[in-house]
Amino acid sequence: MFVTSAFAQESAPAADTSHAATEGETHSGTSVPAEHGAFPPFDPATFPSQLLWLAITFGLFYLFLKRVVVPRVGGIIDVRNDRISQDLDQAAKLKGEADAAVAAYEQELAEAKKNANAIGQQANDAAKAEAETARKKIEAALDEKLGEAEARISSIKANAMKEVGSIAEDTASAIVEALVGGKATKAEIAAAVKSVAG
Amino acid sequence: MAADKVDPIHQFHIIKLIPINIGGYDVSFTNSALFMVATVIVAAAFLLLTTSSRSLVPGRLQSISEMSYEFVANMLRDAAGTQGMKFFPFVFSLFMFVLVANLLGLFPYFFTVTSHIIVTFGLAALVIGTVVVYGFMKHGLGFLKLFVPHGVPVFLLPLVVLIEVISFVSRPVSLSVRLFANMLAGHITLKVFSGFVVSLSALGAVGVAGSILPLAMAVALTALELLVAFLQAYVFAVLTCMYLNDALHPGH
Repeated sequence: MFVTSAFAQESAPAADTSHAATEGETHSGTSVPAEHGAFPPFDPATFPSQLLWLAITFGLFYLFLKRVVVPRVGGIIDVRNDRISQDLDQAAKLKGEADAAVAAYEQELAEAKKNANAIGQQANDAAKAEAETARKKIEAALDEKLGEAEARISSIKANAMKEVGSIAEDTASAIVEALVGGKATKAEIAAAVKSVAG
Repeated sequence: MAADKVDPIHQFHIIKLIPINIGGYDVSFTNSALFMVATVIVAAAFLLLTTSSRSLVPGRLQSISEMSYEFVANMLRDAAGTQGMKFFPFVFSLFMFVLVANLLGLFPYFFTVTSHIIVTFGLAALVIGTVVVYGFMKHGLGFLKLFVPHGVPVFLLPLVVLIEVISFVSRPVSLSVRLFANMLAGHITLKVFSGFVVSLSALGAVGVAGSILPLAMAVALTALELLVAFLQAYVFAVLTCMYLNDALHPGH
């Protein structure tokens, strides 16, 4: 290790000088190999060219962006923002209209409900009154018929009762005839029936 | 050639595609310039095409464009108030440029524009330059109140002003170095781990088995780099917003 490092130290200056010599030679010989010597980004030989082309390209780029791109993109964004706010306004307006329509509808509905109730009530009352009159009329007719029927029944009953007496007298005379064998007078039998029926 | 493939610095090399020389300056169209153009075209085309239908109800892609727009707009409004919205195109283009450049850089064989300090420094200098120019235009010398906080005892004032000036001057440096260093370190790490996979699997069966771990690391790092790509674009934009706020309202 020691030997090699010492050897390296010894030989290094020689290598350096030879390298420097060749570099110097190339420098004096041609102008191109500066690229091989300096670190390229720090090579001043390239500065004028790079600065000039930077100025040209960046200048054109700046002008292009300023004249064309910025107005265009800015315009697109502005138009969109306008459109959005406009749409929002319109949406708010439409919402107001919708709200008003809903309110009107609610009001109409309430009114209609009220009207419907009134109409229903009225119809109900009318129907009830009609039914009531009809019922009264029928009742009156029935009462009349009932009276008639009762009168007929009582007349029929009276007739029947009247006939009951004569039937009893006939029956009694027949029984007396069968039992006693004699004839009872009509007046006697009538008196007897009357006393029994009494 | 094999060493070239594994070399983690190789990906940062600038290659001249169309040599151009103006006034003694080498302003060739390089791979870096190509990817700046690609970044701009991809970002611009995405923003343009996804919003072309101008749908009231956005699709997925249109949503992405709108989300990035509103993301930056909210960021700027929160940091600098509604007055700051005049800088919106600037902050939005910075955010989109850095984001798309970072994301494009994640593709294999693609060049990462933001991994070069001069590019990030150029953007940071643009931000600070805007802050200084607008600050003096709007407030005149009142902009210098930025360096004099309220309620500081008089005997401390020179020290505090010195600190404020130093912190202001270091802003472009920190802004650019943060983005640059993150992208550089991330890409080097990715390359190193992917390099392990390549060189280990060249060693036969054992090497292939052993390369599973760096492969898993490379996959995980790719996910992390995706996050970093977005995060650094966000940080860049947020800090820009805060610096612009200083230009708008210099008195703390």
